[in-house]
Amino acid sequence: MIRALLAVVNRDLLLARRQRGDVVNVLLFFIIVITMFPLGVGPDKDTLRLIAPGIVWVAALLAAILSLGRLFALDYADGTLEQIMLSGQPLSLAVLGKITAHWLMTGAPITVLSAAAAIVFDMAPGPTATLVASLLLGTPSLSLVGAVGAALTLGLRGAGVLVTLLVLPLYVPVLIFGALAVDRSVGGLSAAPWLMVLGALSLGAAALAPWAIGAALRVSVE
Amino acid sequence: MLEAVELQCERGHRRLFDRLSFRVDARQCLHIAGDNGAGKTSLLRILCGLLSPSSGEVRWHGRPIGRVRDEYGADLMYVGHLSGVKDDLTAAENLRVWAAMAALGAGAQDVAQALRVLAIERFAQWPAGQLSQGQKRRIGLARLALAGQARIWILDEPFNALDPRGVAILNQLIERHVNGGGAVVLTTHQAWEAPVPVVKLDLNAQAAP
Repeated sequence: MIRALLAVVNRDLLLARRQRGDVVNVLLFFIIVITMFPLGVGPDKDTLRLIAPGIVWVAALLAAILSLGRLFALDYADGTLEQIMLSGQPLSLAVLGKITAHWLMTGAPITVLSAAAAIVFDMAPGPTATLVASLLLGTPSLSLVGAVGAALTLGLRGAGVLVTLLVLPLYVPVLIFGALAVDRSVGGLSAAPWLMVLGALSLGAAALAPWAIGAALRVSVE
Repeated sequence: MLEAVELQCERGHRRLFDRLSFRVDARQCLHIAGDNGAGKTSLLRILCGLLSPSSGEVRWHGRPIGRVRDEYGADLMYVGHLSGVKDDLTAAENLRVWAAMAALGAGAQDVAQALRVLAIERFAQWPAGQLSQGQKRRIGLARLALAGQARIWILDEPFNALDPRGVAILNQLIERHVNGGGAVVLTTHQAWEAPVPVVKLDLNAQAAP
């Protein structure tokens, strides 16, 4: 079972290596969104330091949304999704594999990039560490919850916009807890409670989302 | 082995077939015939479990396929209109990746052998996107040669885009599978000289008024 899951992860990473542009574009988008804010808000250091965590988190949400469109669409279009469903392996496992690969290609690099962004915004080391930790714990739930939206809108016209409308509101709790964690850290308090909530959200999503996604995919393929 | 019980299928507001019952046993080949739009593909997708019938059910060894999905999937090979072949991967990678996802435990040797059976071993290291339609079709069909343990093959227009040599190869595969105790359900538009005795099911005769 675990081997079938790893096979899906390996396959998606192999495909991503062949189509590097897809991964790189999402990360470039993340960087560009972040650089837009200083241009719009002005170069005042104190203001930027104050809003930096929110900017990084919102940019991460948008980048995650942007990458969702291709999560199942390509497998759906070329018939691979049907083959996965009929492979004799549990569909929820394959789904978990696809989401793991998705996180490795979006959530993980964004987490790393956020450290660089924090330095650019002149954040102190403590809040920077909290920001990175909050993204590390929070981005898996972005991939998981986003995949539910991607599966529900698979094959529909205008799926890209629909996914955004469907999924962004569901990202609100992650955004709030992520920003709260960094806020506490800026105030010199322990951010651990909010980080734990983020981790709990991700674990809960990991436990429930694959089944929901599997069911949604079966409906979409019909 | 496979049993269809009182199947009914509606697409849009049109009833394609109603009260359709039949069974497919080991060493049998069922040829589903019918005009365009008669519901051949829908029927095959229902038999696979990709589409649910409006009423009735499909049973695998007496049990509804929805309950034994993973077990049935391991016994089933489906080749549909879509090839399930990734353009970015080579022919060999496509097969290897698919075998790994289906947990077949097939090694590089088995993959090479399957490509040889379909006579596309020369293109093993080519990205599938650079191959012709017929060659891609053969990659999809190479799964049949790779999946030795599958009991039932469901093939939707498998002869499409194949040249005479490809047709001969596929006929051989079907013959070996059926004689080895397997079952085949397929549709085809072409005049097909079946290598094994065939039971024919005509969907035109089933069409509800």
